[in-house]
Amino acid sequence: MAGKNETVGKTLLVAFLVCVVCGVVVATAAVSLRPVQNENKLIDKRMNILQAAGMYQAGVDVNEQFATIERKFVDIDTGDYVDMPESYDQRKAAKDPKQSVRLSGDVDKASIKSQAKVAEVYLAKGDNGELSRIILPVHGYGLWSTLYGFLALEPDANTVAGLGFYEHAETPGLGGEVDNPKWKALWHGKKLFGENGEVEIQVVKGTVESSTPNAEHKVDGLAGATLTSNGVNNLLRFWVGENGFGPYLERMQQATNVTEESSEAAAVSETVESSEQPEGDA
Amino acid sequence: MAEKTKDILLGPIFDNNPIALQILGICSALAVTSNLSTTVTMCIALTAVTAFSNLFVSSIRNSIPSSIRIIVQMTIIASLVIVVDQFLKAYAYSISKQLSVFVGLIITNCIVMGRAEAFAMKNPPLPSFIDGIGNGLGYSVILLGLGFTRELLGAGSLFGHQILPKVSDGGWYLTNGMMLLPPSAFFLIGLFIWAIRAWKPAQVEADDFKMKPNTRVSDAF
Repeated sequence: MAGKNETVGKTLLVAFLVCVVCGVVVATAAVSLRPVQNENKLIDKRMNILQAAGMYQAGVDVNEQFATIERKFVDIDTGDYVDMPESYDQRKAAKDPKQSVRLSGDVDKASIKSQAKVAEVYLAKGDNGELSRIILPVHGYGLWSTLYGFLALEPDANTVAGLGFYEHAETPGLGGEVDNPKWKALWHGKKLFGENGEVEIQVVKGTVESSTPNAEHKVDGLAGATLTSNGVNNLLRFWVGENGFGPYLERMQQATNVTEESSEAAAVSETVESSEQPEGDA
Repeated sequence: MAEKTKDILLGPIFDNNPIALQILGICSALAVTSNLSTTVTMCIALTAVTAFSNLFVSSIRNSIPSSIRIIVQMTIIASLVIVVDQFLKAYAYSISKQLSVFVGLIITNCIVMGRAEAFAMKNPPLPSFIDGIGNGLGYSVILLGLGFTRELLGAGSLFGHQILPKVSDGGWYLTNGMMLLPPSAFFLIGLFIWAIRAWKPAQVEADDFKMKPNTRVSDAF
C-alpha cells in the first residue's frame, strides 16, 4: 500500500466519500423503485385473497378480477363496520400497543399474543351487486411459524368457501401441505357453526366420510403434520370465535336471514349442493 | 493476455471453484436450492454483485487506506446488494419473497468478500470484473446442479413444471421429501466435491499431518 493513503485525513476523506456515493445510490434505487414495489405487494395480497376465495383465474389481470371486491374494516369487539384510512395495515396494527390488545394465555388459542382492534374484511360482490363471498384474514401459530391466510365464507357467514395460506414456514412435504389444492378443497362447504351458534368447525385425525357424525364440521388433518393441523384448527376456531370475527359473523348471519327469508328455499338447496360436492370427492 | 482473460473467467468454474475447492458460500447453497427458479435468481444476483463489487473496489483500490479497506469493501458490497434486492422486489416480486433474507445475506457471502480482498485489491478493474463473473459462474454451476437435483427428486418438477407425475396426484413418482430440506444439499455438495476431485486429483488437499509409521491397521500387515 502506498504510504500517502495512510494519513488520518485521507482515511476520513475516503470513508466519507464512499458513504456519500453508496448512500446516494441506495437511496435512488429505493425511492425510484418504491411505486413498482408497492404495486407488487398490493397485487400479491389481492391474488392471495382471490385464491382463498376460489375466484382466482390465471392469466387474467389481478386488479381487474379484484374490481368486484370491497375492503371494509370491522371492530373486533362489537362486529360493527368502522372507517379507517386506506393505508391501514392490520399486521402492523397488531404490533402497535395503541391499536391492539394483548391476549391472555387462556384466550389466545391461536398463539398470536396481540390482536389488532380493527380487522380488515373483504366483501366480494356478484354480477348483480349482491354479496357473494365474505373473506376474512386469519393467522396463528403452526409448528415452526405463524401461518397467514384468508378464510372465504359464503354469504350465509357459516359455510366455508375456501381457505388458503399465503405465508408460512412449515415443513415442506408435511405441514407445508396446507398449500396442497386437494387438502384445501376439503374445506369447501364445511360449516363453521352448530345449530346454537357455537363454533363447531375442527380439524380431526383420520378421514372424514359422509357417515362420520358431524361430518359437515370436520376436516381431515394433514398426515404426518399433527402440530400444523392443530395450529390450523386453533387459529380457525379462534378467528371465527367470540374473540375473533364471532360478533361480526353473527351480525352477517342475522342480516342474511332477514333478507333471504323469502328466497330461503333456493338458498337451502344451494348450500346443500355445495356441501355435498367435496364429500363425494373425498 | 487473451489466454489469461479466459483463465480468469473460466478458471473458477472447475479448477478453482469457490464452493467445491474454497468451500465458500455454503449457507446460501443450502438455503435457496430447493427449486430452480429461486436458484437461478440467486445465481444471477450473486454474479452481478461479485462482478460489480470487484469492479468498483478495483477502480478505487489505489485510494483505499489499508486500515479501513475491509469496511470500504463491505460498504460497496452492501450497497450493491440493497440495489439488487430493491430490483428483485420491483420486478420479480414472488421470487424475491421466496428468497427472502438470502438476497440480503449475499453481503456476508464469503465469495464476494473473498474476491474483493484477494483479487480486486491487486488487479485493474477489467480483469477484476471478469474475475467476479467467473466466480459467480463457478458458484452458479454448483447451485444449478443442486437446484436441478433437489427439485427433480424432491418435487418431481423443474422450474415448477411437473416432469415426474407425483403419487399424490395419481402418478408413479414418490417424492423424496428429504431433497426439499437443506441437509440434502450438504450431501449433494459432498458428492460434487468428490466427483470434481476424482476428475482433477490435483485439488485433493495434502494431509494436515503425517501418521506415525505402524499406527495404521494397513501398516501392520
